[in-house]
Amino acid sequence: MKILTLNFLTCARKTCKSSPAAFPLHPRDAELEIVETEFNALFIQNILPRVEWDALKGLCTELGLTNVPPEAPEPKELFDTSIKSAGIDEKEKEPTQLTRDLHNLLLETTIQSGKLVCGNCGHEYAIKEGIANFLLPSHMV
Amino acid sequence: MDDTEKYGQAYEAKHVHEVYEEIADHFSGTRYKPWPIVERFLQSLPDGSVGLDIGCGNGKYLLVNRDVFIIASDRSSNLVRIAAKHAPHAALVADTLSLPHRAGTFDFAISIAMIHHLSTTERRVEAIAGILELLMAQNGKALIYVWALEQRDSRRGWDKGEAQDVLVPWVLKDQKGKQSKGKDRKENNNDVNENDLEEKVYQRYYHLFREGELEDNIVAAGGTVLESGYEKDNWWAIAAPANHD
Ligand SMILES: [Zn+2]
Repeated sequence: MKILTLNFLTCARKTCKSSPAAFPLHPRDAELEIVETEFNALFIQNILPRVEWDALKGLCTELGLTNVPPEAPEPKELFDTSIKSAGIDEKEKEPTQLTRDLHNLLLETTIQSGKLVCGNCGHEYAIKEGIANFLLPSHMV
Repeated sequence: MDDTEKYGQAYEAKHVHEVYEEIADHFSGTRYKPWPIVERFLQSLPDGSVGLDIGCGNGKYLLVNRDVFIIASDRSSNLVRIAAKHAPHAALVADTLSLPHRAGTFDFAISIAMIHHLSTTERRVEAIAGILELLMAQNGKALIYVWALEQRDSRRGWDKGEAQDVLVPWVLKDQKGKQSKGKDRKENNNDVNENDLEEKVYQRYYHLFREGELEDNIVAAGGTVLESGYEKDNWWAIAAPANHD
């Protein structure tokens, strides 16, 4: 489970969905692993406005990850704007180290095993072999 | 939860969930070619769109567009394990009627060959309503794709006026390691050679949609139909929340 995925998840119980306490889910006993994946700087640029930064910072603190910028980066921080790269095609702009770090954090840092806990009802969802399971026992549906 | 609801769930557990869990590897081997309508829908999305693939199976649609982010889900953990390999997307195990996402957050959703596995109209409408609720109210849209009753020219030959709720056998040939092959067949159990221990037949439940039924279900779910049509034995529709622009 990628860190980015957590930005789009909440508790699966109907009674929790609209509760602010159910987002984000809280990782517990998480074992992290870096899974290398193809770097796409424009993907990072496009996805960034969708990331709820305060929630991400909270999650990262819980996971012991310290390399999160205090504020959501501005688009201009993602690409090198020096004279060398001025005036060239969008796709050929040189991404900054910050963009590479965000790629590493959002897409390559994964929870291999552990739990995701709902802050509203306390229900725990298991993550095994990198895959989270949100099936509920029938009395909770 | 009322009794019909409970019955529907139990029935689907036996005739949909257990079957896919068992046949995951064979099923996956036969499902790799994306349908053109689905491909077109996914490729038309602006870069950076965020969406869902509900009932993702082996995740074959996760290969179509790598410039959007898709969170795929399925009930079968064996299928999700296969789907999870397609970067940059994500895959998780979840029930269609209890998805772990917040309302109003996604640009798009696809639900391909999934709604037809739900065994009552109420559950099908509830599933569609659940998908629409997750979309952004202003411009979110969902592509829904289901098996058609009207498929006279297919090898199954079903057509207008026939029963819409059917069990379709999946024959898994295996065990002794030779001719490992899974395939769909219209014939039922009786045609399988009882002495052939290498064959195992799984019955999958389908609701075959008649013309116009998918659109009716979308409206009953409180949605709007933006576009709809027929593609190779299937009905499809692009739906949006009712207050769509
Ligand atoms: Zn909860």
